[in-house]
Amino acid sequence: MLTRRTDLQLERDALGRFLPWQIAFMVYLAALALAGAMVLNATMARWNKGISGVLTVQIAPLEENAQKEKKRIKAALEVLGSTPGVIHAESIGDDEIMALLEPWLGSLGVAGDLPLPHLIDVELEDGANLDMADLSRRLEAAAPGASIDDHRIWLKKLIRLMETVKGLAVLVVALVCLVTVGTVAFTTRTGLAIHQDAIEVLHHIGAQDSYIAKQFASRVLVLGLKGGGFGLAMAVASLLGVGSLASRMETGVLPAISLSALHWAALIALPLAVAMVAMLTARMTVTRSLNKMM
Amino acid sequence: MDGGGYVVRFENVGLRYGLGPEVLQDISFSLTPGSFNFLLGPSGAGKSSLLKLMYLAMKPSRGLITLFGHDIAITGRRDLPALRRRIGVVFQDFRLLPHLSAFDNVALPLRVAGVKENEVRKHVEELLCWVGLKNHLDSRPPTMSGGQQQRVAIARAVIARPRLLLADEPTGNVDDHMALRLMHLFEELNKLGAAIVIATHNESLVERLGHRCIRLENGQLETETVTPSVSRLDSENAA
Repeated sequence: MLTRRTDLQLERDALGRFLPWQIAFMVYLAALALAGAMVLNATMARWNKGISGVLTVQIAPLEENAQKEKKRIKAALEVLGSTPGVIHAESIGDDEIMALLEPWLGSLGVAGDLPLPHLIDVELEDGANLDMADLSRRLEAAAPGASIDDHRIWLKKLIRLMETVKGLAVLVVALVCLVTVGTVAFTTRTGLAIHQDAIEVLHHIGAQDSYIAKQFASRVLVLGLKGGGFGLAMAVASLLGVGSLASRMETGVLPAISLSALHWAALIALPLAVAMVAMLTARMTVTRSLNKMM
Repeated sequence: MDGGGYVVRFENVGLRYGLGPEVLQDISFSLTPGSFNFLLGPSGAGKSSLLKLMYLAMKPSRGLITLFGHDIAITGRRDLPALRRRIGVVFQDFRLLPHLSAFDNVALPLRVAGVKENEVRKHVEELLCWVGLKNHLDSRPPTMSGGQQQRVAIARAVIARPRLLLADEPTGNVDDHMALRLMHLFEELNKLGAAIVIATHNESLVERLGHRCIRLENGQLETETVTPSVSRLDSENAA
């Protein structure tokens, strides 16, 4: 596809001056959008896997007596154990609860004088469709102050939000491709106008349309790869910078900004894909224009 | 060859640009392989338009054009480049590519035809030597004189040994000696069987060479004169 020698002086026209920069910006934006979509996708998958099959039962501390509190927890565990669809139910110890709270409360909470609720971690069968209202009533009857925290309700909302954001990111990538096609088509037409005389000479001495189109396409491919490579390098630098900043936050609020090998492969393929799209666009634009000549 | 063995055949051909008047009217003539023809007529008579029709730059508004036996009206666009490669054209304004060297300009028709690079080099160097540009292989057209550019243009037109050579005022920028030398080049090509059409104002050159003349006047074929077809160049050169 690449030809070293060209009969047209393409390196000095608008194609050579502007196209690499335009493609660099497009690839930069697309790479960020694609990386964002991939991070969101991975985070959603992690959250979905980690939360969809579990729920938490919370029992408010009512009794001063530790024995009575244990009886309430045991009663709640018995109710859960007899409920179809529940695979496993286990009380979370106070130490574990304190460890979970430590990032927010610091070591102050370790004093043990905070009225912390008792928590029961419940693991459900895949696709279990529990009657939450009935379970809630039975738990309340067995252990007054017990309530169910069903993660699936807020998880569904969160996933819907993330899917919307992911959809927007994919839309950005698609728009970038469309804009690239438009930009290349416009720039190529400008190039055709600039080289009209030379193209006519080639045409009159018997050059096939493909011979002329190949020269433009090869040039655009090289420019696309240059611009795309630069855009990708900038995007990788930005992603590494954001990842580094996020890792210093020391908080569980932000999803982990890390990309797998497959994700990196997709990002590296992006400038190649954009360069190919640009090359095909140039080839089609030239061929369509030449078709108007006899 | 179809079309009665003619290289070019025009039948009642008319040409108009857009909605303007006809610049060529009812043109009918034919060229046989190995014929040498001068196209004469004053400026604006339609010589360049007639050449454009012959080198497939435009389609006629009416009439029939047959090139190498192919009716142009029904020949597919994809087949036209192959026909064009059998035609050599010397444009009046040379139309050399200014960013390419003389060598690369002359090499264009061979490269377009897919000739191997070692063959290209051999033939182009030989021809540029022949037209006296041995020391200008790497010169770019803007650095060359009008006469040198014209010789590059002629070399480009004949390098692929076309079956039809069309030249629009090919000797306009060279001295008499070089004009005769270039005509000799055309005659050599003609001896190999190529049909030659030279549009010119140079009536003295036409008289000296003595070939068929096609005369255009106001877009119409006025006269077709056939003078003795044996060139006097050889005898002049021998003398």
